[in-house]
Amino acid sequence: MNHALLVVLIASGVAYGTPLLFASLGELLAERSGVLNLGVEGMMLVGAVMGFWAEQRLTIGSGAVSLILGLVVAAFAAAVTAAIHAFLVITLRANQIVSGLALTIFAGGIGLSSYLGTDLNLADQPANHQFHAFLPSAMQNWPIVGPIVFGQTPLVYLSWVCVIAVAYYLMRTRPGLNVRSVGEAPGAADAMGINVVKYRYVHTIVGGAFAGVAGATFSLAITPQWVAGDSLVQNSGWIAIALVIFAFWRPELCVVGAYFFGSLQALAPELQARNVNLGPTELWTNAMPYAATVVVLVLVSWRGAARRLGAPAALGTPYAREEH
Amino acid sequence: MATIELRGITKRFPGVVANDGVDFNATAGEVHALLGENGAGKSTLSHIMSGLYRPDEGEIYLDGKPVSFQSPRDGIDAGVCMVHQHFRLVDRFTVAENLILGDRRGAGRSFKLRPGAVVDQVRKLGERYRLPVDPRARVWQLSVGERQRVEILKALYEEARVLILDEPTAVLTPDEATTLFETLREIVAEGRTVIFISHKMNEVKAVSDRVTIMRAGRVVETVKTADADVKQLAALMVGRALETVQRRRTGTVEGDVVLEVKGLSADSYRATTSLENVDLSVHAGEIVAIAGVAGNGQLELAEAIAGLRPRTNGAVKIDGRSVDGVRAAHNAGLGYVPEDRLGMGVAPNLSLAMNVELKSYREGQAGPFLRMGRMRGLAEQAIERYEIKARGPEAEAGTLSGGNIQKIVLAREFAGKLKALIAASPTRGLDVSAVETVHKHLLDAADRGVGVLLISEDLDEILALADRVLVMYEGHLTEAPRDDIEAIGVLMAGGSWEA
Repeated sequence: MNHALLVVLIASGVAYGTPLLFASLGELLAERSGVLNLGVEGMMLVGAVMGFWAEQRLTIGSGAVSLILGLVVAAFAAAVTAAIHAFLVITLRANQIVSGLALTIFAGGIGLSSYLGTDLNLADQPANHQFHAFLPSAMQNWPIVGPIVFGQTPLVYLSWVCVIAVAYYLMRTRPGLNVRSVGEAPGAADAMGINVVKYRYVHTIVGGAFAGVAGATFSLAITPQWVAGDSLVQNSGWIAIALVIFAFWRPELCVVGAYFFGSLQALAPELQARNVNLGPTELWTNAMPYAATVVVLVLVSWRGAARRLGAPAALGTPYAREEH
Repeated sequence: MATIELRGITKRFPGVVANDGVDFNATAGEVHALLGENGAGKSTLSHIMSGLYRPDEGEIYLDGKPVSFQSPRDGIDAGVCMVHQHFRLVDRFTVAENLILGDRRGAGRSFKLRPGAVVDQVRKLGERYRLPVDPRARVWQLSVGERQRVEILKALYEEARVLILDEPTAVLTPDEATTLFETLREIVAEGRTVIFISHKMNEVKAVSDRVTIMRAGRVVETVKTADADVKQLAALMVGRALETVQRRRTGTVEGDVVLEVKGLSADSYRATTSLENVDLSVHAGEIVAIAGVAGNGQLELAEAIAGLRPRTNGAVKIDGRSVDGVRAAHNAGLGYVPEDRLGMGVAPNLSLAMNVELKSYREGQAGPFLRMGRMRGLAEQAIERYEIKARGPEAEAGTLSGGNIQKIVLAREFAGKLKALIAASPTRGLDVSAVETVHKHLLDAADRGVGVLLISEDLDEILALADRVLVMYEGHLTEAPRDDIEAIGVLMAGGSWEA
């Protein structure tokens, strides 16, 4: 039963969807504060390479410690990358789209991350440690819920904690209300004494840290290695950006989208393994996240829906207090 | 002792002195009106009181103690709250969420968000001050009047002692305005202070205890409202100097009718500004001014004539030809200087040359191609003739000053066979020399036999230029006596005038 196609798809959807989930939570935090960061792909790659490096080279203590250290370093490195974007678009009020694209090129597969990986000699090394499913195998073998819920790595459970934390923070706390006001109406927020610049910096940088963890999920769990170029994260950063739209800027819906898109990624290889031929499966499973996002974009630009489900009103616009 | 007192406030912006040595005070329990025309410095003064701007000179005292606000938040904390003309609300939040945003005193202080905790408080405040609004409704679902109530509730929730309202009735229906006045009376009855900014005399008369009249950045006078009548206030606001302005010419103009509007009706976003059955005619060589407070249907009238706004009824004739639509109106000889200079007057990212040719490029087109040389030549002529200050014909229109942008618009609209011209607030926000140029060109046009329909809020301008004056109030036009400022003022405020 645990080898039925649907169960396998959902289980691997959860595994493959986890980096999407981390990255989209981070992007969501930044966008809720009004900062669009298209550099997710680049930040993920920086996180992936630095996380892998820390785990391989900073061997202190046990495997668990070095893996956690890897995550922390990945988060920090990507946060620093995000800070560049933050400085450009918040302080210097540069165009957010241009800056984000530049960040992906600068930090991405043909840029900083590949340079770092090559310079640190990380290619073609087997990982010392990696995140494994760790719950008792009896639990993992339970029908259906075993592989889907209990057969996952600690990173999956960490992502669930993050979803709850981000959702609670945004919707149920005062700082969360402040973030949302900054993303919706920075002028109103400023008039009420909320520091627009500070909130935007913090959430852009924390968003970057999430992208770093997402990248490390690849290099420390899904494909525990480092390879030059951008094949490691396979456009996940772009899917994560689409996912934020797909989820109507709501953390809880990011889970649904991430696992749905994750399952799609698993679909083509799984069908191949079972000798099912549905034509160029990979083509349409790869295209699906973007096609679904286009559909959602059309839906949310509908007049009434835009108010309820649409993007934060000030997304992408720099803020300056008017004094002429 | 005055609750709030300003001494010697001066605020300069590049090229203008918005406030020039202003002394002002308001005491507990009074509604104090700030009366003045657009650009008189009322809004700047209120922004200084609320902490949005910092004065270049002068001091602010609250209860006799000097204060210095670095931001609106400092003002709020000290008890000075402002209700802006453009509301500062988060549309997607509920009313309750908007109230606790940035709250430093009440239920909003806790880390955990409990908008429910203020719901009862909002209801009670609403009942007490006649500001009914559903605390759980989202702001975007509310009418403009309701949003204003939310802003006032926000101030009351913040325990404001000084409440400043900037043109609060501009967005209200007359009934809503009456209710607002009752609310304001109740607020001051508790010993708070209300500063009420307006340029409508009858409102000031209806709601205030004292009134400070401002003109050109200075305080003209502060009087007890009960001691002043509407005529006096109008004279003070507009300025006595006006009475010496010379009429351009005497006698009636005897040209053909170049612009004729019959029974024109058009919808607006707001019922009070919809046009209903408007008649009007402008003769060749005549300047007809439409006076009125902004937002009484002037914009709708201009757009309906120019063909930018669908008519529900009526007809427009230009030079005897019945026209409908932008192209038809242009072809018949109508020029249009729109109120929104940067948004509608020019394409800001195109060059000066292209903007000058926006309406006439077809005449010089070579097949599908523009003739850049011709365009350049015309632009150079325009720069010389209209004294446009720019790098050259290639300068982007959006980078120029307001006055120079307006000159581009004039150059474009005056080209070709102009029969009639609509000029909507053509000098708003311009400096003195640019105003002079614009006025000179409007007078020149009239002398050449163009019929000019001048829409303006500036009475000085109207009296200096117009042959006839019509006043627009809530979508209706009334003929006003040409030389009687007081009569015009009363009509602008919605009063009636018996000569």
